[in-house]
Amino acid sequence: MKYIPAIIAVSLWLAAQPALAALNILACEPEWAALAKELGGDKVSVYAATTALQDPHRVEARPSLIARARSADLMVCTGAELEVGWVPLLQSQAGNPKIQPNQKGYFEAAMAVPLIDVPTRVDRSLGDVHPAGNPHLHLNPANIAKVASALTERMAQLDAPEAAYYRDRAKSFLERWQTATVRWEQEGAPLKGLPLVVYHKDLSYLVRWLGMREVGALEPKPGLPPTTAHLSELLSQLAKDPAKVVVRSAYNDPRAAAFIAERARIPVVLLPYTVGGTERAKDLFGLYDDTLSRLLAVTK
Amino acid sequence: MVKVQTVAVAIASTLASSIPALAQNSELAGVREEMKQLQRNYEERMQALEKRLTEAETRAAKAEKSAGQAEQSANKAEKSATQAEETAVAAGRRTGENAFNPAISLIMQGTWARTSQDPNNFFISGFMPSGGEVGPPKRSFGLGETELSISANIDPYFRGIVIASLSPENTVAVEEAYFQTLALAQGFTLKGGRFLSGIGYQNEIHQHAWDFQDAPLPYKAFLGGRYVQDGVQLRWVAPTPFFLEVGGELASGASFPGNDLNKNGAGSTALFAHVGGDIGESYAWRTGLSYLRTSANNRSFQDPNSLGIPVTNSFTGRAKVWVVDGVLKWAPNGNSTQQNVKLQAEYFRSEQDGTLTYDDLASAAPVFGGLTDSFSSRQSGWYAQAVYQFMPRWRMGYRYDALRYGSVNNAIVNNGLGPSAADFSLLGPYNPSRNTAMIDFSPSEFSRLRLQIAQDKSRMGATDNQVFIQYIHSLGPHGAHRF
Repeated sequence: MKYIPAIIAVSLWLAAQPALAALNILACEPEWAALAKELGGDKVSVYAATTALQDPHRVEARPSLIARARSADLMVCTGAELEVGWVPLLQSQAGNPKIQPNQKGYFEAAMAVPLIDVPTRVDRSLGDVHPAGNPHLHLNPANIAKVASALTERMAQLDAPEAAYYRDRAKSFLERWQTATVRWEQEGAPLKGLPLVVYHKDLSYLVRWLGMREVGALEPKPGLPPTTAHLSELLSQLAKDPAKVVVRSAYNDPRAAAFIAERARIPVVLLPYTVGGTERAKDLFGLYDDTLSRLLAVTK
Repeated sequence: MVKVQTVAVAIASTLASSIPALAQNSELAGVREEMKQLQRNYEERMQALEKRLTEAETRAAKAEKSAGQAEQSANKAEKSATQAEETAVAAGRRTGENAFNPAISLIMQGTWARTSQDPNNFFISGFMPSGGEVGPPKRSFGLGETELSISANIDPYFRGIVIASLSPENTVAVEEAYFQTLALAQGFTLKGGRFLSGIGYQNEIHQHAWDFQDAPLPYKAFLGGRYVQDGVQLRWVAPTPFFLEVGGELASGASFPGNDLNKNGAGSTALFAHVGGDIGESYAWRTGLSYLRTSANNRSFQDPNSLGIPVTNSFTGRAKVWVVDGVLKWAPNGNSTQQNVKLQAEYFRSEQDGTLTYDDLASAAPVFGGLTDSFSSRQSGWYAQAVYQFMPRWRMGYRYDALRYGSVNNAIVNNGLGPSAADFSLLGPYNPSRNTAMIDFSPSEFSRLRLQIAQDKSRMGATDNQVFIQYIHSLGPHGAHRF
């Protein structure tokens, strides 16, 4: 009990230390951390709450995250109920009014982008459906551009003295992004119509953007783990409508994908899914470069 | 085109063949001239026809093209229409009288129980009964608590949460009903109303999120299962890179180990501090120290005397509880989907200082009447548990919990003039313990089935072998569970 004053004194001292960056950003997922770094440069300090090896649906409101949320000026999340299991707890436990829902310090990427797969019926018998639509929106470069513009404006609002800096960086980023998008679309042309089996609906934006064809999913229903019954059903379905490849994200269990690949005699391709998912996916450009080259390797 | 030509040639040849013998000399030349003219006429007509046909064809192609364009734009229109519809649907949900309806979720629970001892006679030997619902569920099929949770932001400053518990006996209890601030800065959060106290680790976790069907023994013995406060709580999260949180509560102290004091001021005070963080990407931990001080005024319990006749004993005085807690979670690379482990342990120390009243006046043949003398106890307890998710959906766990009788100073017994130790049959020296194992299956994040077996030595000389099958289902929005 007598240590409490000492603990308080130490933490007050820590609090008094000058912040190294103007804007303290807590990104819910690595893709938004990467984007915030692109836009904020050295004027922001960015902490990613999750890694590419973690399923963003199943993250816990760990004490370390509460501590990060406590000092965040801005939380950059996906929204659309993707983080419904943990972000509300960070918001209610961190004692930080800035990052509450509907405040400027809480940014949801899903608000800047039209979502696909909006369910016409919302019922838990359909699995863990997202009523607002598919939240894995970062795998279409057009969406990244839209989110980048919206995020830049939010950062400029929160940190007005550096607004011009953020806008300059955004302009440069969007130019490079536009060029890269054109290149990706050219490179990705052979992928049009490629039939594939996915693990979860987390690659739907990519599939749609490149005009690939989703033949089946390893999950029987969104959010439920693959079952033997479903996998054998999928195999018989693949016999009629064959796929060329099974794709899985870095955070998915490799076994179900391997099971299908072996029996359907098609390759498994591991996709980074987000920044940090593979060695090459170091930033958003690397994420797309690596995703495309891994998929293109199948068509050769 | 070919068809037109054939028809024309056919007509021409028919005409030619219908002019036979007339072909004589000058007449013949005239006829030939006529025929040539006819031929020319037909050729001209055919050319005109051909021209019209090609024109028509190009027009058709153009039309087709524009039709395609129209289709495309129609597609686009359809797409934007669906988008518009989507936003309209979203907007539609937010209008009307229901727009501000709070979020509602429901937890349904039930058990099937088999116990070798009668659950209606449950007590923990050596420890004053808490009066809380700490016994095993009733035998055979039984309905558990149904929890109705309603929450919404009250205004820009407060959030409100109400959790009502519907008991299988058809009663409704307010389990929690509190407001919490949204807009206090600097890491402060203020809570007010009825809420689960911040002391310990498991205390703040709702019963449906527990890893076992029941509470650990120290919670049962020292806090009546869990400690609920009617009062206010202030928490402060430090602006440190690791997690540091301190909090305090002032409350009525009406629940065990205190009771309703009917006096002004706060009946109970609680203080707690939590520290936590990550070790690499695979481990997360939290540890804490808590202190609770409360008072009791004639907190009574029934205890059979040496003749088996129930006697009303009551305690008046001060109660203090210290809790040291720790939890460590492991998941490979922090991804808990496939496998994860959770280790959890808490140590409790309880002190009571005051007076104890022995009163057998209510019985048919009073022996000692009403006696009051000093009473003090120094008791402790702990539990440790491990839960391992070995594959998606499946978890298994083991828990060991134990209580230490410690030292109890009951002056009524010690002065040797009145009732003896045998007249306080519940308070005799005994160290209860229990072994519990469970395996549970969660078809989805919203449902769970659990099998739990336990060997419960809470009662002196009566080992209770228990088998429980439990279901926990949650309806409504996706719940968010505390670390």
